[in-house]
Amino acid sequence: MVPRAEFGSYYGRPIIKAPSWAARDIAGYFFLGGLAGAGSVLAAGAHLTGRPRTATALKASSLASVTLSAAALVNDLGVPSRFPNMLRVIKPTSPMSVGSWLLSVYGPAAGVAALTAATGRLPRTGVAATTGAALLGPALATYTGVLAADTAVPAWHGAHRQLPYVFAASATAAASGMALVLGPTGENAPATCAAALAAASEQIAIRAAERDLGMVAETYRSGRAGTLLRYAEALTVAGAAGAALLARRSRPAAVVAGLALLAGSACTRFGIFAAGIASAEDPRYTVGPQYAAADVDPSQT
Amino acid sequence: MTRNLLSGPEPDPARDAGHEDAPPRVGFFTDTSVCIGCKACEVACKEWNAIPEDGLSLSGMSYDNTQGLGSSTWRHVAFIEQSAPADGPPTPAGRTVLPMAGTQPEGPEDAATQGSGSASDMRWLMSSDVCKHCTHAACLDVCPTGSLFRTEFGTVVVQEDICNGCGYCVPACPYGVIEQRPSDGRAFKCTLCYDRLGAGQEPACAKACPTESIQFGPLDELRERAALRVDQLHESGVSEARLYGHHPEDGVGGDGAFFLLLDRPEVYGLPPDPVVTTRDLPAMWKHAGVAALSLVGGLAMSFAAPAVLRGKARR
Repeated sequence: MVPRAEFGSYYGRPIIKAPSWAARDIAGYFFLGGLAGAGSVLAAGAHLTGRPRTATALKASSLASVTLSAAALVNDLGVPSRFPNMLRVIKPTSPMSVGSWLLSVYGPAAGVAALTAATGRLPRTGVAATTGAALLGPALATYTGVLAADTAVPAWHGAHRQLPYVFAASATAAASGMALVLGPTGENAPATCAAALAAASEQIAIRAAERDLGMVAETYRSGRAGTLLRYAEALTVAGAAGAALLARRSRPAAVVAGLALLAGSACTRFGIFAAGIASAEDPRYTVGPQYAAADVDPSQT
Repeated sequence: MTRNLLSGPEPDPARDAGHEDAPPRVGFFTDTSVCIGCKACEVACKEWNAIPEDGLSLSGMSYDNTQGLGSSTWRHVAFIEQSAPADGPPTPAGRTVLPMAGTQPEGPEDAATQGSGSASDMRWLMSSDVCKHCTHAACLDVCPTGSLFRTEFGTVVVQEDICNGCGYCVPACPYGVIEQRPSDGRAFKCTLCYDRLGAGQEPACAKACPTESIQFGPLDELRERAALRVDQLHESGVSEARLYGHHPEDGVGGDGAFFLLLDRPEVYGLPPDPVVTTRDLPAMWKHAGVAALSLVGGLAMSFAAPAVLRGKARR
């Protein structure tokens, strides 16, 4: 006899389709894009306030991470020769179109900023490129929150009011972590301060997201996503606290705190990515919030 | 705030997409109450559109071995075996009620003598699912290449020579319709037989449907026909009949392909009340802007605070 179907879903199959994006490529891109974008702002600040070694190091790290992130995106397309179609149109309704244009302007700016800082040539071009990268960097760090939220994925769309803030905070944590790893102790006071701000804001934004998500918040607390987000919280808070207490005095402590902040930021992105996939794969998370939003009891229909 | 085209009532999507002399918007009305699960629509769709074979597996999901819509399945017939509702319609007089497998182990004689009045306690729901050709199509909105576009018939079609395989349309679709073909990476879905429409023909699935469960035509006409059909079913005692996706003021502005269902949408694998994700896009961009400014503000504070502290320490 055919087993009875479970009513309330179609054989338990998902209603929406989860993205086929590889976590390494896309969650990795979220992390690297944030590191590059917030790094450019920190670099410009360091440049402006006479912290040349930190500035040069962060410009190099932004160039490296934006290069890697573009490679991750092209790799996810499968066929690299298809990439130019991304720049066929400009569509504000498509966060991916906006992001592709952003990346293709920010990338060269970050490149020129890094090269002029490393070689010491063309100082005025360097200042212009540093400024350009610092202006576009915050957009690069936050638009990925919109990219994820502008989908039918319950764990992402349900947090569309908070994801840009989570991503901004996580990007700041990563960039200040990089500054702590690469910069001398004498220059790392701003990074220490930024790390503390970022860690606090990230936790506040994630808590607010969980409140908006209702039942879907389960996907942030359980499974692979839950594990990653618990690591993210522990690493980010420990990194920020370690930096505040020890980074000014001890270079090794600064490096360890910086690495913890970088790892925490990566865990946040991979955790949110995993929560999205988990929420797409279970039809409960699609059906429940829709009945809740319409304020309808399904048993009465 | 000025009117945007991302959500809300939209009487003429083709004209708003730039087709000045657009013909009337067309679509499907799929009346699942007369679907017999023959899958002629699936076969006709595969043949006409030359869609590749996508696996021959036995799913164990009743007679549904197709399992769902996807890159190589643009019509999908769902089979649901369930208990018949207690207040279901009376069996018409003189009809022979045959048992479901396993429910009447005594043999066919008993069933044949049951006659009118007592229907089997099981029923089958069958429904041919398809792309909804939403009025506010999230797949089209989020497509970064312009590969997905609105045709003059008000339908939504992928241009495969422009699609670059980014896969953004896949999680954007609130119905889980569009999908990337694994062998190729690009996204594919129902075109509502765009080539046949251009030649004045109806789509292959509607042409092949032997019971007129799949009806094709101008959307306005289909909506009127569907309203009459659901009234007719209610009058004859099928109280659970309901229309799905017909309302121009629902979360996607109404579907170009809508349905008459006999149970809640999620039983058929459909979302009960989907909303196009881009309805909230203006708010998302606003939040991203504020978040970007807070990032700059936070870092500016981080540079200012140590300088201020040092200044105080010196004094």
